[in-house]
Amino acid sequence: MQLSVERLRRANPDRVFAVLTILPSIILLGIFVYGFIGQTFAWSLTDWSGLEAHADKNYIGLDNYKALFSDFQGFRFRQELVNTFFFTLFFLVGCLVLGFLLAVLLDQNVKGEGFFRTVFLFPMALSFAVTGTIWRWLLNPKGGINVLPELFGGDAWSYSWLNNRKAYEFNWHEVPVTTLLLIIFLLLFAVFQFVWRKKYLASVYMGVPTALLFMWMWSDWATWDTDPTMRGKFNWQNAPQYVVAVIVIGFLLYMVNLLGQGKRRAAWITAIPTAIIFGWYLTGGPDRFPNVPFPEQFGFNLALVGIIIASIWQLSGYTMAMYLAGIRGVPEELREAARVDGCNEWQVYTLIILPMLRPITLSAAIVLGHISLKVFDLIFAIAGTDYLPVSVPGVQVYVTMFRSNKFAVGSAIAVVLLVMVASVIIPYLATSLRAEHEV
Amino acid sequence: MSKRFVSFMIVLTMALLAVVPTFAQDAPSGELEIFSWWAGDEGPALEALIVKYNEMYPDVTVNNATVTGGSGVNARAVLKTRMLGGDPPDSFQVHAGQELIGTWVIADRMEDLTFLFEEEGWMDKFPQGLIDLLSYEGGIWSVPVNIHRSNVMWYVPANLEAWGVSVPASWAEFLEICPTLQANDVTPLVVGENWTVNHLWESVALAELGVDGWNGLWAGEKSWLDDDVVAMWDTFGQILDCSNIDVDAATLSWQQATDAVIAGDAAFNVMGDWAAGYMFTTLGLEPGVGFGWAPSPGTGGVFMMLSDSFGLPKDIKNHDAAVAWLKLLGSQEGQDIFNPLKGSIAGRLDSDLSLYNAYLQSAAADWQMDAVVGSLAHGAVAPESFSSEFATVMEIYLGSRNGMSASNAAQAIANQAGIGG
Amino acid sequence: MELLFAWLIFGALIGSLGTYLLYEQMGRDPEQGALIGAGVGAAGTLVLLVPLWVYIYREGRQPGYTPKDRQPLESRHYARIALYTILILMTMVYLLPIYTVVSTSLKSPQDAGKLSAVWDLPSSLHWESYKTAIDELGPKIRNSFMLTISATVLSAIMGSLNGYVLAKWKFPGANIVFPLMLFGMFIPYQSILIPLFQFVQDIELGGTIYGLIMAHVVYGLPITTLIFRNYYTEVPTEMIEAGSIDGAGFFGIYRWIVFPLSLPGFVVVIIWQFTQIWNEFLFAVTLTNENSQPITVALALLAGGEAVKWNLPMAGAVLAALPTLVVYIVLGRFFIRGLLAGSVKG
Repeated sequence: MQLSVERLRRANPDRVFAVLTILPSIILLGIFVYGFIGQTFAWSLTDWSGLEAHADKNYIGLDNYKALFSDFQGFRFRQELVNTFFFTLFFLVGCLVLGFLLAVLLDQNVKGEGFFRTVFLFPMALSFAVTGTIWRWLLNPKGGINVLPELFGGDAWSYSWLNNRKAYEFNWHEVPVTTLLLIIFLLLFAVFQFVWRKKYLASVYMGVPTALLFMWMWSDWATWDTDPTMRGKFNWQNAPQYVVAVIVIGFLLYMVNLLGQGKRRAAWITAIPTAIIFGWYLTGGPDRFPNVPFPEQFGFNLALVGIIIASIWQLSGYTMAMYLAGIRGVPEELREAARVDGCNEWQVYTLIILPMLRPITLSAAIVLGHISLKVFDLIFAIAGTDYLPVSVPGVQVYVTMFRSNKFAVGSAIAVVLLVMVASVIIPYLATSLRAEHEV
Repeated sequence: MSKRFVSFMIVLTMALLAVVPTFAQDAPSGELEIFSWWAGDEGPALEALIVKYNEMYPDVTVNNATVTGGSGVNARAVLKTRMLGGDPPDSFQVHAGQELIGTWVIADRMEDLTFLFEEEGWMDKFPQGLIDLLSYEGGIWSVPVNIHRSNVMWYVPANLEAWGVSVPASWAEFLEICPTLQANDVTPLVVGENWTVNHLWESVALAELGVDGWNGLWAGEKSWLDDDVVAMWDTFGQILDCSNIDVDAATLSWQQATDAVIAGDAAFNVMGDWAAGYMFTTLGLEPGVGFGWAPSPGTGGVFMMLSDSFGLPKDIKNHDAAVAWLKLLGSQEGQDIFNPLKGSIAGRLDSDLSLYNAYLQSAAADWQMDAVVGSLAHGAVAPESFSSEFATVMEIYLGSRNGMSASNAAQAIANQAGIGG
Repeated sequence: MELLFAWLIFGALIGSLGTYLLYEQMGRDPEQGALIGAGVGAAGTLVLLVPLWVYIYREGRQPGYTPKDRQPLESRHYARIALYTILILMTMVYLLPIYTVVSTSLKSPQDAGKLSAVWDLPSSLHWESYKTAIDELGPKIRNSFMLTISATVLSAIMGSLNGYVLAKWKFPGANIVFPLMLFGMFIPYQSILIPLFQFVQDIELGGTIYGLIMAHVVYGLPITTLIFRNYYTEVPTEMIEAGSIDGAGFFGIYRWIVFPLSLPGFVVVIIWQFTQIWNEFLFAVTLTNENSQPITVALALLAGGEAVKWNLPMAGAVLAALPTLVVYIVLGRFFIRGLLAGSVKG
C-alpha cells in the first residue's frame, strides 16, 4: 500500500490532474457550504429586517442570540428546543429498537423476505411532504386511526393525537417518578459501562441526556410537589444551571477517561476549565446569566406522540435495513459457537450480534439524529406553522424570515440549528475518520 | 419651494396627462404574471377575471401563478424571496392595510397608484376609509378588489330552534346558553387550526374593548397591560372552554369547522364571510335557510373588514399590462365579475347588488352603514412583524391560560414592531 | 416472486389508468377500458420486465446480503406461525397509510371528505381525480424528471471522479478536505437558504430549473463523493498500479480500469440521489417558479389549497410517489448495500 502510493506520487502530471479534477468540487462546496454559512452568520449579527432592496444591516453583536435565549420574543424558540430534545430522544430510540426487532424477525429465513423488506423500507421513498399530508389526516381525532376499531366492531377511540396541549402529567407520588428514576439509573449504568470500556465519546453522549433528565427532576420537583399543573414541566429559568451541570458532567467524564487511559497530564489540564466552570457555578454564575423575565414551564407535550409515530413509521425501515445487512455480515460460525456455549436464539442476537453492530447503531443514530434535529417539512405538513406544542426551530426559521420579515433573527435561529447539528456530526466525523486512518 | 419649480411641475403633469390617453390606447402585449394564493374553491373568481382580461387584451398571455398552503404563508415566502432576488411578479395579491404598507411600501418596493385612482375617477367610488387604509405618505399603493367581513357568527337556524337557544347578542349571553348546548351534546362554538383561533380572538377583543379600544391598540394609544385588555383574555378563555379547542381544533381546516356547524355537531362558528361563499357555492345551501348569520356577539353595528388588493411592484417586466390589469380590477365591471364568485362584496360603492346573493346584499348594506374597523388576523391593522408573532402570543395564552403573560408578550412584540405606544 | 407481483400490479394499474383515459377520449365506456387495460398492462409488464427482473434479481444477489443456507433453528410449527403472524401484522401497519391514500384517491369528492369513513373502500372507482391530477401535474412531472435525472447524473459523475481522487490519488491536505466536504451533507439547509437564493439570482438562474439543478448537484456532492470513495477504497491498488505500468495516466486509469468497475457504485448513488432530489421541497419552492417547479411543490399546492376534496391531493401523492417507489422496488437490494456504503466507516 505504502509503496504503491509512493509510486503514484512520482507520477507528477497525474497528481496535478487529480487535484484539478477535485478542485471544482472543493471550490463549489467551499462557496455553497462555508461561504454561505459565513454569510448567514454575518447576517445573524445584524438587525436586518424588512424587504428593502438595500436594507440597513447594522451590526448589533450577539443581541439576536441573547434575545432568543432570554427575551420575551424567544419563548417560541425555547419551547421548540425542548420539543426537539424530546422528539429526537423518542424518535431515535423508537427507530433503533423497532428497526432491530424487524431485522431479527426477517433474519429467521423468512419466505418472501424481499417483500417484507420492501414494505418496511418503502415509506422512506416518500417525501416528508407526502407523509405529512397522510398522517395529518390519519391523526385527525374524529377520523383516521381513531375510527379504526369501528372496522372490527369496536368503539372509536377519542385520543387527541395532535390536538393536545397537555404536557406529560407527572405525579411525584405515583409510578412515573419511579420510571424516571429507573431510566436515569439505567442511563447512568450505561455511562459507567462506557467509561469502563474507555469509550469516552459514547459515555459523553449518554451522560448528557442523563444529566439533563436528572437536572429536570432535581431542580423542579419542589414545584411539582406543590403545583399539580406544573408536573412534568421544567422551568426555563433553571436552564443556565442545567447547561452548566451538563458541561461539568461532560468534562468530568472526559477526565475520568483520560485517567483511565493513563493520560494523567491531559486529565489535569482538563481539570482546570472544569474547576473554573464549577467555581463560577458555585459563586452563583448562572444567576447572573441573562434569563427569561418570568417562569416558563416546558415539558414533553403529548401532541408530539403522533408526530413521533409518523416519523418512526417513515424511518424505522432504514434502521431495519442497516441492521439486517449488519446481521448478515456476522459469520455463521460465531453464532454456532454461541449456541454451543448455551445461548438461546434471542441471546445470540442481544449478547453476540448487537454488540458487534455497534458501529452500525452509531452511524444510524447519527444519520437519524441529524435528520430529527433539522426536521422541517414533516412538522410543516402535519401541523402547519404555528402549532407550538409540536413546532421545531426549522419551522420557525421559515416563519421568522418569510412571514415576520426578520431575516437576521431567522439567520440566528438557523445558526443555532447548525451548531446543534455540528455538535453531533463533527465529533462523529472526527473519530470515525481517525479510526479509519489508524486501521 | 420656488415658483419655477411649481410651474415646472404643473407643466410636467399636464404633459403627462396629455401623454396618458395615447399611452392607454396602445394595447398592451406580452406576458403578465399575476401572483396570488387563490386556488381550489377560491380559484374560479380570479379565473373569471382573467378570462375577461383576455377578452379585452388578447395579445397578453396571463400567467396565473398561485402558491397555496399554510394559509398564505408559502405564497408570502415565495413572493418575498422573489422580491429580494429582484424578480417581482407583475402584480400580486396583498391584504390592504399594514400588510401592504408595513412590508412592501416602506421597503420602497411599490409604485404609487394615485395617478390611476385619479385618472379612473376612483377617488369617490371607493369609501374614504378604504382609501385611507391603502394610503401612506401621500400615495395610494394598491387597488382593492373585495371586502370581507371578519366578525360574523354562523349557525343553522333550524338547529338552534331544536336546541331551544337563540342567537346571543353578547358574549355574556353566549356563556349563558353554553351549558344548554353542551347538555345537548353539541359543541357550542367550533374553532379550527391556529389562525382561526386568532380570528375568533379578534371578534372577542372587538366586543370587549369596543371600537375605540380596538383602534387604540393599533394606534399605540392603548396599552396591552390595561385592565380591560387583561380581563378580555379571561372572557376569551371562558369562551374557549365552550369550544372544541382541546378536542380536535388543531386538525380542522376552516371548512371542516364550518362543516361541523352544518352537520349539527356544533352550534356556532365565528369566521369571515368567505364561509358564506363556501356554504352557498360549494355546499349549495340557501342563505337564511341552510345557514344563518349575525354579527359576532357584542359587535353589532361594527364592520371588521379586510380587503384583498393588488399592487404594482417596481421594476416589473410588463408595466403596461399590469396597469391594464389593475384598471380592470378597480372597475365596476371587474369587481362585479369577481365578487359574486368569490363570496365577497365589492370595495366600490356603486356595484350592482342584484348580482349578489342574500348574504352579500346584507353585508353590502352593513358596509355602508356600520362603523368600520380593520382586522388583525388578516393584515389590516398591524405590520406583519406583529401579526405573525401574535400567533406565539396566542400559544402562550393557550398553554398557560394566563391573560397577564399573554398581554405582556403582546406588549413586548408591539414595542418591537413600533406600535407599542 | 413477490417482486414480480408488485410489478404486475403496477403494470396493470398504469395500463388500466391509461386505457381509461384513452377510452374516455374516444367516447367509449371507460370502465370497460380500465378492465381491458389492466389485462394488457399486466401482460405487457410480464413480457417486457421479466427478463430485466431476472437479470437484476441475479445481479443483486450478492454474497453477504441474502440469507445463508441454514436451517431455521426455531423450526417448531407454532414458532413459525407466530413469526409470520407478527410479520404480516407489521406489514399491515406499515401499509395502512398507503391503503388510505390509494382508496381515498379513488373515491368520489364527496366520500373523500368524510373523516369517519377513511377506512371504507370506495363505493365505486372514480378515476377522474387521477385524470385531473395528471392534467395539472403533467408538466411538473416532466420538470421533476428533468431535474432529477440531470442532477443525479451530474453529481454522480463528479462524485465518482472525486471518489477516485480521494481513494487512489491522496494529495496533501486530502485528510482535511474530505471531512470538510462531508460536513456539507449534514447542514440544515435553512442555514444557507437566503445566500443560495441570492447567488442563484445573481447568476441569472433564478426561477429556472437550472438553478435548482445546480443546487442539487452541489449539495449532492458530499454523499456521492463519500459513496464512491468508500467503494473505490475496496478496489485493489494493484490494479491501478498495473494500469500505470501499462502507461495509462490519471484519466486512462479511470476510463479503462476504475470506471468499468463502478456500475454498482453508480446504482447506489443513483438510487440515493434520485429519491432525495425527487422528494426535496425547500430548495424547490424557493428556487423555481410556476413554469419550472417540480412535482413536490405542485403537490403541496394541490394539497394545501384549503382543499376539502381530498381525493385529488391523494391521487397527486400517488403520482408523486410512483417513480421513487419503482426505484425502491426494482433496485431495493442495491439500496441496502448503498446505505452501508453511505455511512462513514466507524
